[in-house]
Amino acid sequence: MKAAIELKNITKTFGSVVANKNVSLTVNKGEILSILGENGSGKTTLMNMISGIYFPDEGQILINGEEAVIRSPKDAYDYKIGMIHQHFKQVDVFSAAENIILGLNEKKKFDLKAAEKRVKEIADRYGFQIDPSKKIYDMSVSEKQTVEIIRVLYRGADILILDEPTAVLTPQETKKLFAVLRRMRDDNKAIVIITHKLHEVMSLSDRVSVLRRGEYVGTVKTSETNENQLTEMMVGKKVTLNIDRDEPDNPTDRLKVEHINCIDREGVRLLNDVSFTARSGEILGIAGIAGSGQRELLEAIAGLQHLNDGVITYIDPKTGEAENLRDKTPMQIRDMGVRLSFVPEDRLGMGLVGNMDIVDNMMLRSYRKGKSMFLERKAPKNLAENIIEQLEVATPNVNTPVRRLSGGNVQKVLVGREIASSPTVLMAAYPVRGLDINSSYTIYNLLNEQKRRGVAVIFVGEDLDVLLELCDRILVLCGGKISGIVDARTTSKEQIGLLMTKLQEESENEE
Amino acid sequence: MKNNTKQHEPKIHVAKRGGMVWYKSWGIRAAAIVLALIVCAVVIVLLTGYNPIQVYKAMFSGNFGSSRKIWNMLQQLAMLLCISLAVTPAFKMKFWNIGAEGQTLVGGLAAAACMIYFGETMSPIILFPLMAVVCILAGMLWGLIPAYFKAQFNTNETLFTLMMNYVAIQLVSFFIVFWENPKDSNTVGVINRATEGGWLPSLFGQKYLLNIIIVAVITIAMYIYLKYSKHGYEISVVGESENTARYIGINVKKVILRTMALSGALCGVAGMLLVSGTDHTINTGIVSGMGFTAIMVSWLAKFNPIMMTLTSFLIVFLERGAGEIATALQLNESVSDILTGIILFFIIGSEFFVQYKISIRKHKKEER
Repeated sequence: MKAAIELKNITKTFGSVVANKNVSLTVNKGEILSILGENGSGKTTLMNMISGIYFPDEGQILINGEEAVIRSPKDAYDYKIGMIHQHFKQVDVFSAAENIILGLNEKKKFDLKAAEKRVKEIADRYGFQIDPSKKIYDMSVSEKQTVEIIRVLYRGADILILDEPTAVLTPQETKKLFAVLRRMRDDNKAIVIITHKLHEVMSLSDRVSVLRRGEYVGTVKTSETNENQLTEMMVGKKVTLNIDRDEPDNPTDRLKVEHINCIDREGVRLLNDVSFTARSGEILGIAGIAGSGQRELLEAIAGLQHLNDGVITYIDPKTGEAENLRDKTPMQIRDMGVRLSFVPEDRLGMGLVGNMDIVDNMMLRSYRKGKSMFLERKAPKNLAENIIEQLEVATPNVNTPVRRLSGGNVQKVLVGREIASSPTVLMAAYPVRGLDINSSYTIYNLLNEQKRRGVAVIFVGEDLDVLLELCDRILVLCGGKISGIVDARTTSKEQIGLLMTKLQEESENEE
Repeated sequence: MKNNTKQHEPKIHVAKRGGMVWYKSWGIRAAAIVLALIVCAVVIVLLTGYNPIQVYKAMFSGNFGSSRKIWNMLQQLAMLLCISLAVTPAFKMKFWNIGAEGQTLVGGLAAAACMIYFGETMSPIILFPLMAVVCILAGMLWGLIPAYFKAQFNTNETLFTLMMNYVAIQLVSFFIVFWENPKDSNTVGVINRATEGGWLPSLFGQKYLLNIIIVAVITIAMYIYLKYSKHGYEISVVGESENTARYIGINVKKVILRTMALSGALCGVAGMLLVSGTDHTINTGIVSGMGFTAIMVSWLAKFNPIMMTLTSFLIVFLERGAGEIATALQLNESVSDILTGIILFFIIGSEFFVQYKISIRKHKKEER
C-alpha cells in the first residue's frame, strides 16, 4: 500500500491553546482511515491543515511522498485533496450541478449539460443517488451532503476528508453513505473520516488513528481492536459507558402541549399541530433531523416563540392548578411562579454571555431580585463557586469570561445555573453537543438526578444511542410534525430512524 | 500535479492572545508612544529642519504653559469627556450613536433660547434648573427619535443618528437668522453680554470650574451606573447578545429607548455647558466635531469612564499642542495634523499587539 498523505511533527497553536502537538500519521491509498478523538482533541484542526484552511506552525505535510505547501483550499485541490465540512456552503437557489461547478475556473465555454452528464457519471460510478438539476433548497441534508461529496470528486480529488459526516444523517442514510465510501476505497482513493462515534469506526474503517488533547496517541487496525480499547486510547483511562435509567417514580402530568402551530414570517410552517404531555419524574426525549422544529418547540414553551394557535398548560405540582403559558413572556412565566429552566442549543449566544465572567452569568436569571437599583453580586458569586466545585468546572477563577472556558465547562456553567433554581420543568437542547465523554456523562447524570427529584425533563438529542439509553419516552419530530411517540425501552434505532423521515417520504409519495 | 515548489511558506503567524497582565499591556502602549515620538521627530527634522525637542516643548507649553492655558485645556477636556460619556452607554449596547454632534447642538440651542428669553428676567435659582431640564429634554428627544425607530422597525441607527445631525444644524441656522444680533451679522453674538444673564457662574473666580466639576461628577456616576447598576447590566447583556437578553426576559426595546434617552440627555447637558458655561453664544460649529471625536475617546478607553479621562486628555493634549506649534513656531497647520496622525496611529496600532501575538514559524527540516 502506498502512502497518500504523511504528516510529520505537525504543531498548531491558537494563542495559548495547543490544538495539535507533534502529530505524525499516514493515510494510505485504498483505505478508510478514521481519525478518532473526543471533541476538542484537534481532529478537525489537523484535517483543516491538510485541506488548506489553516497552515501548520511547525512540521511538514507530504503528499504522495513529496513535500507539499498547502496554503488555501485551492492548493489542496491541486494536490487532489478535498474536504467535506460539517457545515455545507452551498447556494440555495442553484441546482446540484450548478453548485458542483461553482468556482471552477475552466477555460472552456460554460456548459451545464456536459457538467450534469459528468455529475451523473460520477454518481453512477460510486452509487450515489442524485438529480443534478434539483435545487438545493428542495434537498434533504443527506442530499446536500451528496452534492458536497460529488463537488469534491468532480475536482478530481483522490484524497477525501469527511468531517463528522454522519452527525446529520439518519441510520438509514448513514448505511448508504458507508456503502458509497467503501466503493470509493475500492477505487483506490484515500478516505479519512473524522468521528467520535465508536461503532461507526468499527463498522467502516480499515485503520483508526486516535488523538487525545491535540496529541497523537496511536494507530490500530480495526480488525485487531475493540470499542473498549479505543475508548481507553481516546480518554486516557478506563471508562464505563453506561447510563443509569430508573423507572419513573409516580409520574404525573406537568406540562401539556395541545395542537400548537407556528408559522414564520415567510409563511413556513415550523410547528404543525404538535401535542404531547411531559410528565414529572421522567425524561422525554425529542429526536429528529436537525431543523425539524425542535428549537421552535422548546422556545415556544419558554415563551420566546410566538404561536399561531394551540394551548400550553402548566400543572402546578403543589396546588394542581392548571395555568396557560402560551404567549407569555419569559418574565411573566417566572412571575407566575413557574420554575421552568431552559438550556438552549446556542450556549454562548443565548444561554450565556461569552464576554461576561462566571459571576455575571450566574446573575442573568436572578439580577432583578430586590428593589435596589444596584446589583447584588454576593449570592451569584457563591452560586458560581458552588457550581465550580460541585461540577468540577475547570476555570482559573470565578472572574474568567465564560468564552475562555472549554465547551464542556461552558455547558457545566449553564446547566449548573439552570438547575440551581430548582426547576419543575427542565428543557435541554443538545446539551452534550461538542462535549468530551466525561463531561457528557456528567450532564447525563445531572439530568437523571433531576428526573429522580420529580422534574419533568425534556431532552433534545441527536445521538440516537444516547436517546435510547437515557430517555423514558421518545418523541420524534419530522418537518415540524410529531411522527410518533415511542417507549424508549422497547423501540429500536431503526424504528426511530424511520419515524424521523416518515412524513417526508409520505409527502413525496403524494406528489 | 502542479509544481508548487515556488510557493513560499508563510514566515510568521498571528494568534490571538488569551489575556495579558496589565503592566505588559501598558508597557506596549508606552512603547508605542515613545516610538511615535521618535517617528515624529524624524518627520519634523525632514520636513521643517526644526529641532524636535523644541517642537515637543511647544506642544507641552500649549497645554501647560500658563494657568490660563491649563484652565482652557481642562475646559476642553471636560467638554470632550462629557460627550464621550454620553455616547458610551449607547455604544456599550452596540447602538452606534454617531449623532452626539446633533444631540449636543440641540441641547445648546435650548440653552441659548433660555438665555435669550429668560436670561435677564428670571431669577437664576429658577433659570438654571429650568435650563437644565429643557436642554436635557431637547437632547433626549434627539436621541429618542432614532431609538424609537430602531426598537420598533429595526431601522439602521447609524444612518439615522447621522442624518439627525444635519437636521440639528439646519435648525440652529434657522434660529441664528431669527435671533440675529446685531442685524445682518448672521450671528447671534454673545448673549446678554452686559448683564451676563443666564451665564453659568464662576466658582472661586474660575469661570470653567463649574463645568469641570459637573463633568467629574458625571464621570463617576457613569462609571457606577455601568458597572454596578441593574440598568448597566442590562445594557451589557443587550449589547453582547440580544438573544440572551430575550432568553432571560429583558425587554430589549425598553432598554434601547431608555439608554438612548440617557445618551441624548447627557449630550443635552454638554450642549448647555458649551453655550451657557463656555461660549455664551450659539452657532452651527459650536460642537466642533467633538460628537465624532468622542467616539474615538470612548472606544480607546474600551467604554470605561475612568479610562476615558485619560484618552480624552490625550486627544485634547494633541489638539492643543498641534495648535501651539502651528502658531508659536509658525509651522503650517498641516505639519501638526501629520504629527497628531502619527501619534494616534501608533496608539491605536499598539492595541493590535496587546490583542495578538506574532511568532515566527519554525520549519523543521531534520526529522525526529
